[in-house]
Amino acid sequence: MLAPAEGGLLDLLESSQRPCVLLKVPRKHGKLTLLCDAKTDGSFLVHHFLSFYLKANCKVCFVALIQSFSHYNIVGQKLGVSLTTARERGQLVFLEGLKSSVDVFFRSQEEPHPLQFLREANTGNLQPLFEFVREALKPGDNAEAAWRCPVLLVDDLSVLLSLGVGAVAVLDFIHYCRATVCCELKGNIVTLVHDSGDAEDEENDVLLNGLSHQSHLILRAEGLATGFCRDVHGQLRILWRRPSQLTAQRDRSLTYQYKIQDKSVSFFAKGMSPAVL
Amino acid sequence: MAAAATSCGPRAGASGCVVAAAGKDSVTSFQRRGPKASGPDGGCRRLASIAGTRPSVRNGQLLVSTGLPALDQLLGGGLAVGTLLLIEEDKYNIYSPLLFKYFLAEGIINGHTLLVASAKEDPAEILQELPAPLLNDNCKKEVDEDVCSHKTPESNIKMKIAWRYQLLPKMEVGPISSSIFGHYYDASKRIPQELIEASKWHGFFLPEKISSTLSVESCSLTHGYRRLLHFIQNIICEEGFDGSNPQKKEKNVLRIGIQNLGSPLWGDDICCTENCNNSQSLTKFLYVLRGLLRTSLSVCIITVPTHLIQNKAVIARVTNLSDTVVGLESFIGSERETNPLYQEYHGLIHIRQIPRLNNLIGDVSDVKDLAFKLRRKLFTIEMVAAAPTTSLQSRKKKGLREGEEETLPDSPLQTFVYDSLARTLQIATWLLGVREATAFASRLVRHREPLRQTGSGRTHQAAGPRLWRDGRRQEAPGLLVAPP
Repeated sequence: MLAPAEGGLLDLLESSQRPCVLLKVPRKHGKLTLLCDAKTDGSFLVHHFLSFYLKANCKVCFVALIQSFSHYNIVGQKLGVSLTTARERGQLVFLEGLKSSVDVFFRSQEEPHPLQFLREANTGNLQPLFEFVREALKPGDNAEAAWRCPVLLVDDLSVLLSLGVGAVAVLDFIHYCRATVCCELKGNIVTLVHDSGDAEDEENDVLLNGLSHQSHLILRAEGLATGFCRDVHGQLRILWRRPSQLTAQRDRSLTYQYKIQDKSVSFFAKGMSPAVL
Repeated sequence: MAAAATSCGPRAGASGCVVAAAGKDSVTSFQRRGPKASGPDGGCRRLASIAGTRPSVRNGQLLVSTGLPALDQLLGGGLAVGTLLLIEEDKYNIYSPLLFKYFLAEGIINGHTLLVASAKEDPAEILQELPAPLLNDNCKKEVDEDVCSHKTPESNIKMKIAWRYQLLPKMEVGPISSSIFGHYYDASKRIPQELIEASKWHGFFLPEKISSTLSVESCSLTHGYRRLLHFIQNIICEEGFDGSNPQKKEKNVLRIGIQNLGSPLWGDDICCTENCNNSQSLTKFLYVLRGLLRTSLSVCIITVPTHLIQNKAVIARVTNLSDTVVGLESFIGSERETNPLYQEYHGLIHIRQIPRLNNLIGDVSDVKDLAFKLRRKLFTIEMVAAAPTTSLQSRKKKGLREGEEETLPDSPLQTFVYDSLARTLQIATWLLGVREATAFASRLVRHREPLRQTGSGRTHQAAGPRLWRDGRRQEAPGLLVAPP
């Protein structure tokens, strides 16, 4: 199960002193992982989790709102997975937001679309999207039983706010998804939310705080406070919200710095960049 | 070629048909790779690249020029087809229309189809005011003339002191000459009328379109935005810019330009109140527009008056939904106008976002402090000059000329003190603008090396401003010989 995703977060396990931190992410089921980026682009985390779960033979439903399929596909190929094959095999269900938005907006409505709310005037209703996710991850007949735990991946939830959906509606959506994917199907959810930082985006803050409160693991990518650097692209804070029995290690936060390379991401302890040493 | 399979929908095979024309009258099956293989009657004529485009070396995307080669360079070679460039307008909207027009003019020169949308000016008038291109033969001369016009004649003498910069690798990559990809424009002249007449363009002038039908559809988009989206989608469908119905004729790129998007003229109220009820109108529009762009051979430039937008959150969201974001900040009316550091320039240009396409890592240029300047004819982008110019000026202000330098304390220690004083002054100046503080640290590091290299105390002038011209980094001539 733990085929280490090349160059992904699991590299961190090799280099770090405490290998137990992240191993439990994929092994445990029913977890909500929140990816968050502030003043930098955290999409490398999404790519990591996408390729990781595909390699681990999980059934993945990917709601991609911000980029096109071929972008994810090409990056996926660099990380060693082919999204096209995964989609053909039925392992991956891909919802391409950009493309569907055009369909929803310009074609006359026949059947309800997951992104139906784009056409509607009042605040968005995410029920069709939830139905889509549930349908996609529903355990099918025996042929499909080969896939491991189902995973819902969303890139990214902040886009929904821009499209006119309220923060509370998005939180409700995630809550429904948790009930279905995490509890019923024993799967995992991974979502990305931007941290608007000093932009004072109230809706986004409500969403981010609400999700932080619910999630089991928070991976927070931050740009360096000192600005752009060629050799260190940012730092990753890992906040593992442990279950209460491990009180000693509860809410332990770890910080690593990272550098994104062509096909991988290298992590190192703060100030220990190879370029500095 | 796998890399050339791109993320933005249909794509013209830009290269890679080298050997297809082989075998008609050749004896061996081996063919020389190169331009010879694709003869005029060769099968690859059809697949030959679209004029004014080139594939990106970084991500295999098809790129078009912004019409400003220096900006292309900063954006990683150009604008990828299928993406959106957002220009944050400067306060009085003086310089952003220039970038807008360069983008359109570049399309006319290359024979691309244009789509111009505005709520303020008639698109036909915008086209009339496009700048004239400086074409091959006289281009070099004019550019040199314009750049050097304010300098003394001896400035052309090669400076020995900056010999290191000649060893720096040239920034321009790829064999394509700038005559094909990216042109310079003469802002003082209008584009020839016959070029406009020969070009193919569509205009969207909001006041003309708005009255036609006022059917209230159940959609949260502002009426103007909805009309524009349908207009763009119509053009894309009818002219076959989406790959869905294969074109019989040659493939082409659609350049879309939208002016002052989000301003009250578009019927949007994000510029008027902070808590407006349809604040999602603009972001929704951008999302659907981006969907259209990604599935067609088109590229879009939008100028947005971000300084008018009341709610900062909207700006952040708009930035997130665009691909490339470039901000212009002119000095007119700001306190920076009188800052000696900036006195050579007309404003700052901020590269706020560069898209990540087909890559884990985006192209981030490490040059963060860029300024622009509108010369007599050319719009140029340069790195902001650091310490040397100000220290030079402070000397001039004291009434010291170049010849009197000997009277200055010259021992290494004293010069060092002098230099650090100048630097401290510099820091103080910059602290006025908090944002520059971080840029200073990086600049300090950048300047340290030439300093050591040249050895003597005052020669930190060698690390003077390098010019971004032709997309290359060059040393600025004539700094040591200051005009009296």
